[in-house]
Amino acid sequence: MEPKRPIVEIKEVSKSYRRGSRIVPVLMDINLDIEEGEFLALMGPSGSGKSTLLNLIAALDKVDSGIIRVGGVDITSLSESELAGWRAINVGFIFQFYNLIPVLTAFENVELPLLLSGLSRRERREHVELALQIVNLAPRMDHYPAQLSGGEQQRVAIARAVVTDPKILVADEPTGDLDRVSAEEILALMERLNAESQKTIIMVTHDPRAAKRARSVRHLEKGYLDNVSSQSPL
Amino acid sequence: MYLLKVLFRNAFRHKLRTSLTILGMTIAILAFGMLRTMINAWYAGVEASSASRLVSRNAISMIFTLPLSYKDKIRQIDGVKQVSWANWFGGIYIDEKNFFANFAVEPKSYLELYPEFVLPPDQLTAFLRDRKAFVAGQKLAAKYHWKIGNTVILRGTIFPGNWEFVMRGIYRGRDENTDESQFFFHWDYLNETVKKMFPLRADQVGFYMIGVTRPDRAADVALAIDRTFKNSLAETLTETEKAFQLSFITMTEAILIAIQLVSFVVIIIIMAVVANTMSMTARERIGEYAIFKTLGFRGWRIAEMIFGESILITMIGCLIGIILTYPAASFFKSLLGTYFPVFNVTEETIYMDLAASFLVGLIAAIVPTWRAVSIRIADGLRRIG
Repeated sequence: MEPKRPIVEIKEVSKSYRRGSRIVPVLMDINLDIEEGEFLALMGPSGSGKSTLLNLIAALDKVDSGIIRVGGVDITSLSESELAGWRAINVGFIFQFYNLIPVLTAFENVELPLLLSGLSRRERREHVELALQIVNLAPRMDHYPAQLSGGEQQRVAIARAVVTDPKILVADEPTGDLDRVSAEEILALMERLNAESQKTIIMVTHDPRAAKRARSVRHLEKGYLDNVSSQSPL
Repeated sequence: MYLLKVLFRNAFRHKLRTSLTILGMTIAILAFGMLRTMINAWYAGVEASSASRLVSRNAISMIFTLPLSYKDKIRQIDGVKQVSWANWFGGIYIDEKNFFANFAVEPKSYLELYPEFVLPPDQLTAFLRDRKAFVAGQKLAAKYHWKIGNTVILRGTIFPGNWEFVMRGIYRGRDENTDESQFFFHWDYLNETVKKMFPLRADQVGFYMIGVTRPDRAADVALAIDRTFKNSLAETLTETEKAFQLSFITMTEAILIAIQLVSFVVIIIIMAVVANTMSMTARERIGEYAIFKTLGFRGWRIAEMIFGESILITMIGCLIGIILTYPAASFFKSLLGTYFPVFNVTEETIYMDLAASFLVGLIAAIVPTWRAVSIRIADGLRRIG
């Protein structure tokens, strides 16, 4: 029997940014495999390159060199337009500042990714209601982001991330803007999605309490990834 | 539907800014529409002219006359169906500010040649029967409250003296381009009086109006008329009625060009205002556009949102501007109707308003769209928070 391939394979990836005339290396020769159903926390100090690595995995940015395969697809070889379509199907995003569209209600925000799916209006409604039920926000679906608390907004963002049933969820400091109680709720929800729906979750955080909820933790330091994966006690 | 919902909500996120931009657009379209209407009013005479009518005047200048005897020679030219003649009278009613066009015309042939002046049959008969009779357009009659049977006195400027006329008819225009503010009276009345007072100026006409059998023969007939009177004491210059009317407009061409330029400058200014609004909007929302891109929305979808919002704002302003143009034009007409007897907002003006607004919306959104579409997602997301 052929061994199961990791859902994310990162080979020799480097990335740098240009700051004026200077080229600043951010990631150096990164190699990383992430198994399907994993809940991985990427940790490291500010400027270590963890958000950049997350952006590369989620195809929000382009590598300078190296290969990233997600679900067997070499995303480094896809065009911008192909990547847009790929992201819509394969990745759900959770951001530190929720990134909801303020002029849309919770329902409409969650519905957004489905507009690209070709589903009928009725089918979209069913999916959105289900996603909002998962995050326990169905009664507040007609509220605008400004009418929701930070924790509620992040739950709407999680509903938006899972509504298309993507293989991978990427979360960039998902609890960074929340109070402790709300942060716990969000982390519990992510744990549940990982355990019950087998979602692969890659979370960037600098909060050790958040990292503890992940199954494995990797550290980035000055653009280099540590060689050892530390397991969180579950 | 979804896009429209987002467009409307986005457009009115900054109510004051959007309202001011719409107000600017409304004023620009109102100004543009009024200026275009004014230009059209200038050309109203040209528009109303017939392709089957020629005008023959003295080749040296409009101020020189032609002998009355030419009428019989013109009638004999092949292709001529009808001949009429007239003089610009230039009379003043009470005060110089009461300006209106007044002509001495050969009434029967003139009204046959100009069927667009519609006169009830009984009034026509009364007009033809009375040498001192005059007819006026219904707008002119209404303005000075003239009634059938009223006596009106004009003070002559070209033909000195006080001239007394009796109103025998009020004509209406057959279509909306017909000038309903003119005053016609019998050429014979003028000529007989002139004969007594200034015998040397008698039997002279200002211009001939000539009806041709077929419009496509107009050029040949005009040439034939001019050839007939070549090397005479009063050579003619014959042209189509349209060219004749245009020759008056040429005298004021510089003003018209200035008005046209101003109308386009207004549009360019509002284009800059809307572009500024859209730039501010797109800059503020760059993070949101990055979110849309993150979720898989392609560049053209982002472009749709920005172009849509820009065009929505300009079209709202445009529609309000168009609606306001009608009462504004009526008000303008009530003030300056004597100088612009035909001052109608045409369909063409409305189409130009719509096209200009659409273009403003489109051009104003180009740079903001390019910025929003070309920004890297990671950079866009960094602008949030």
